[in-house]
Amino acid sequence: MAKGWIDKARGQFPTSILKVETFRDETTLVVKTDQILEVFTFLFQDPDLSYDYLTDLCGVDYKPRKPRFEVVYHLCSTKHDRRLRVKIPLEEGNSLASVESVWKAANWYERETYDMLGIRFENHPDLKRILTWEDFEGYPLRKDFPVKGKDFDKPFVPEL
Amino acid sequence: MAETKFVTINMGPQHPATHGVLRLVLELDGEVVVKATPHVGHLHRGVEKLSETKTYHQVIPLTDRLDYTNGIGNNLGYVLTVEKLLGIEVPKRAQYIRVAIAELQRLAAHLIWLATHALDIGAMTVLFYCFRDRESILRIIEEVSGGRLTPTYFRIGGLSKDVPEEFKERVMDFLGDFPRRINEYETLLTKNVIWMRRTKKVGILTAEDAINYGASGPTLRGSGVRWDVRKRFPYSGYDEFDFEIPIGEVGDVYDRYMVRLEEMRQSIRIIQQAVENLPDGRFMADDPRVVLPPKDDVQRDIDALIRQFKIVSEGFEPPEGEVFMSVEAPKGELGFYIVSDGSNHPYRIKIRTPSFMNLSALPKMVEGGLIADVVSTIGSIDIVLGEIDR
Repeated sequence: MAKGWIDKARGQFPTSILKVETFRDETTLVVKTDQILEVFTFLFQDPDLSYDYLTDLCGVDYKPRKPRFEVVYHLCSTKHDRRLRVKIPLEEGNSLASVESVWKAANWYERETYDMLGIRFENHPDLKRILTWEDFEGYPLRKDFPVKGKDFDKPFVPEL
Repeated sequence: MAETKFVTINMGPQHPATHGVLRLVLELDGEVVVKATPHVGHLHRGVEKLSETKTYHQVIPLTDRLDYTNGIGNNLGYVLTVEKLLGIEVPKRAQYIRVAIAELQRLAAHLIWLATHALDIGAMTVLFYCFRDRESILRIIEEVSGGRLTPTYFRIGGLSKDVPEEFKERVMDFLGDFPRRINEYETLLTKNVIWMRRTKKVGILTAEDAINYGASGPTLRGSGVRWDVRKRFPYSGYDEFDFEIPIGEVGDVYDRYMVRLEEMRQSIRIIQQAVENLPDGRFMADDPRVVLPPKDDVQRDIDALIRQFKIVSEGFEPPEGEVFMSVEAPKGELGFYIVSDGSNHPYRIKIRTPSFMNLSALPKMVEGGLIADVVSTIGSIDIVLGEIDR
């Protein structure tokens, strides 16, 4: 059940938008990695779409599936009261263009996604860990990271 | 020519005005803030990772501990998301009780904000009054759910139990006097010259910036954007209640203060409508996959006993898919994104917490202002580090 405004985006980027899915009245676009900045700028600027609010941005680890990750954007239009989900499949080791230039909100979300899953964003102004500390090793929300943590049984002795 | 040197100071993570464990690194040119860098994560408990190992029911208590001033609201966001994933409809009675309790919790959360925000700026009296009223609300929540701060009252499909008989009377008792008290608190602050000088034209966030930074809740509405999830994407029967969405004009600390005060009055209206028109009927959906059978049946009927055991020990298996659902928490838009792989535990839960985004806009608000205004600006965006760090 593709809606009119979605067809407009599809017409603009016929090769980048791989498919449109609907589940529980939520529309999802699956987009290729190469042109995402153009796609997002279009979704942001086009008056019929005007997704001006980035509600959420996160990553999901689908190990052992290939490609391993999906980066998920939840957009919202404050003019049309619509929501849209955009998913970008991403192979481990590849990076993605930052959308910080479109929505400032992406700044911290991309840092969090990098911190939790190790997904790198190009041209991000300050891509460093946000919830864990700088020397932290590993990416906690990856499926191969143990829930207990890696050093739960080792005593913490600071180097003096 | 004299050389200009900036002084870097560290505010927090133990500073009382940072409302928890926020650390701010401030670069100062005299008293003017040149650059502010928030550092978060001191309270990171890995709630999202932990949720992946639990059944859907077991995640509810974890959500209480996100924004610990708003346990009920967090429960509501989570259970609504799972209900959307399952595609179940909750009975009207449960919806109304959910709305009433969630709005009571909003009042309690706003009272904490008012108390601590005023205290930060130096008005100590307000703190004692607000905490007195908050205690009355928490007592009602305790009577209903059994817990003051971590109620875990909602269940997937409804409520853990029906409200007690005297619920309506207790709520109406409280609401009878409360509007007058809000007016009283206002007399301490709203026209107070010191208060106005500390808050007007301070920490300004324009409407455009607020949207672009992903701010939500009173922080967004204070900037003059009439955006409320309860109105735009109604859930749990909010479209049946009559209430207004207050907004500010310039987006300074004072506007956010006025918006929250007015929101408290609107919450009172919603609670009155919900309690007065409380429908009769079931408080749990009729869905044997998810809902525990009544205790009487469990003690008499072997099938019910088996079903109870299965649901408690194994949980349930929702269809494969992913859903996003958000609610209007006291601090802003609280969203849950759940990916289900068809097993009995969530594959991935991402929690979109309002304070996380509101805090990321803080540098925009304080840079160029005075260092003393940093404190009032932090107070005005009403952050809770429990939901920022998760």
